[in-house]
Amino acid sequence: MTPENQTTTSIDVGKLIGSVERFRNEGYRLVQIGCTKVGDLYEINYSFDKDYHFENIRITITGDTEVPSISGMYWNSFIYENEMHDLFGIPVRGMNIDFKGTFIRTAVKYPFSQPPVTVTKGDKS
Amino acid sequence: MSKQITVPFGPQHPVLPEPIHLDLVLEDETVVDVIPSIGYIHRGFEKLVEKREFTDYVYIAERTCGICSFVHGATYCQGIEQIMKIDVPERAQYLRVIWSEYSRLHSHLLWLGLFADSFGFENLFMNAWKIREDILDVMEQTTGGRVIQGSCKVGGVRRDISDEKLDAMAKDLDRIDRDMKELTTVFLQDSSIQHRLRNVGVISRGDAYHLGAVGPTARGSGVAIDTRKLGYGAYDRLNVQVVTESCGDCYSRCAVRAKELFTSTDLIRQAVKKIPDGPIDIKVTGAPDGEYFMRAEQPRGELVHYLKGNGTKFLVRSRIRTPTLTNIPPLIKMLQGCELADVPVIVLSIDPCISCTER
Repeated sequence: MTPENQTTTSIDVGKLIGSVERFRNEGYRLVQIGCTKVGDLYEINYSFDKDYHFENIRITITGDTEVPSISGMYWNSFIYENEMHDLFGIPVRGMNIDFKGTFIRTAVKYPFSQPPVTVTKGDKS
Repeated sequence: MSKQITVPFGPQHPVLPEPIHLDLVLEDETVVDVIPSIGYIHRGFEKLVEKREFTDYVYIAERTCGICSFVHGATYCQGIEQIMKIDVPERAQYLRVIWSEYSRLHSHLLWLGLFADSFGFENLFMNAWKIREDILDVMEQTTGGRVIQGSCKVGGVRRDISDEKLDAMAKDLDRIDRDMKELTTVFLQDSSIQHRLRNVGVISRGDAYHLGAVGPTARGSGVAIDTRKLGYGAYDRLNVQVVTESCGDCYSRCAVRAKELFTSTDLIRQAVKKIPDGPIDIKVTGAPDGEYFMRAEQPRGELVHYLKGNGTKFLVRSRIRTPTLTNIPPLIKMLQGCELADVPVIVLSIDPCISCTER
């Protein structure tokens, strides 16, 4: 199997728009935006691809940090940004289509912002 | 400007096997805007990594989808193997390709049947599903499962296929090819089907690319993206032909899937010829510590499993980005300007899988 060469560059949230603009200008497509809770912080990965060349930029923020929407450059980002809001509770500013928390309806509000489940020995649930 | 009205489409609709809701903003019979809404069957699969060991989570990953379950399982396993730097035996890599391509055959035939049903061609629907039964029989004979195979695991595969069985499968593909040729000739050449699908739901190459279309939805607009070209599994040792069409309409997306049936049977034949003898799995010790974005070509397009581990047996994160999720924005573009009566056919032309999308 040929492993894919992947790069991830960490940036400040203030440089997000400028960095995404570079990808847009160079003709990359947006592959996905994904969020991961690491302790009290959230890592948000923005993944791009052009001619099978895969690149990520990453911002690390606290839960109440407002993230600017990239939907001005990638119209399709609203799918991921609404998901990020509905599952993690990350506020996103300036989305082109803002579902205001109704894109993914869940019984538990912001389920992925909840503390991780701890499994004890003998737990079969 | 005439008066605008909003017509709800779904979540329950005859062409939708699964629930998605679209608010169609109409001027007379013309769709001028579309607002999609999902979230009816969100299952929280990704959250389950916190309480299922990484070796067991493959069963959860497989259940993301009831059509391309094998591809989800294999993609997850390959992602973990990349993090843990596990060298999977060659025979297992070829077996994964064979089952992945059978999954593609099964998925495309299922879709062709449903698509025929959406424009009222019941006989064609039944013929497509008749051939699909032969594919499912092979899946059942070789893995034990028709829908959920359970044959993939971290470090390899659980079951081998004997050389005699592989030869018989390759030989049987000649008959299946003949049946599929007969079927796809109707899809590609019948004048009533062309009349129904040509110039309907058009999306340009530029829009498809910039709006994130993947799989046959992208390739139907001439965007030659196929993640099998990355060479994961044994694909780097096989000749993968990327099928594209240029018109970007429903007919083009249908034609891509019809032609991909034959590239899949060709890949299975190549794999059967090249598959080496040897073990099918390797003992896995330790736990994943690191992260990887594993990309694979699901029947509907590029699938991404982002996996992050911290050295314990429970992953920190499993994030699944399915092709249907990223094909929703292009779908909105296709629907803008179409006639209300064309909406069901256009929606189905992206082969939506909402269970995958919702996870």
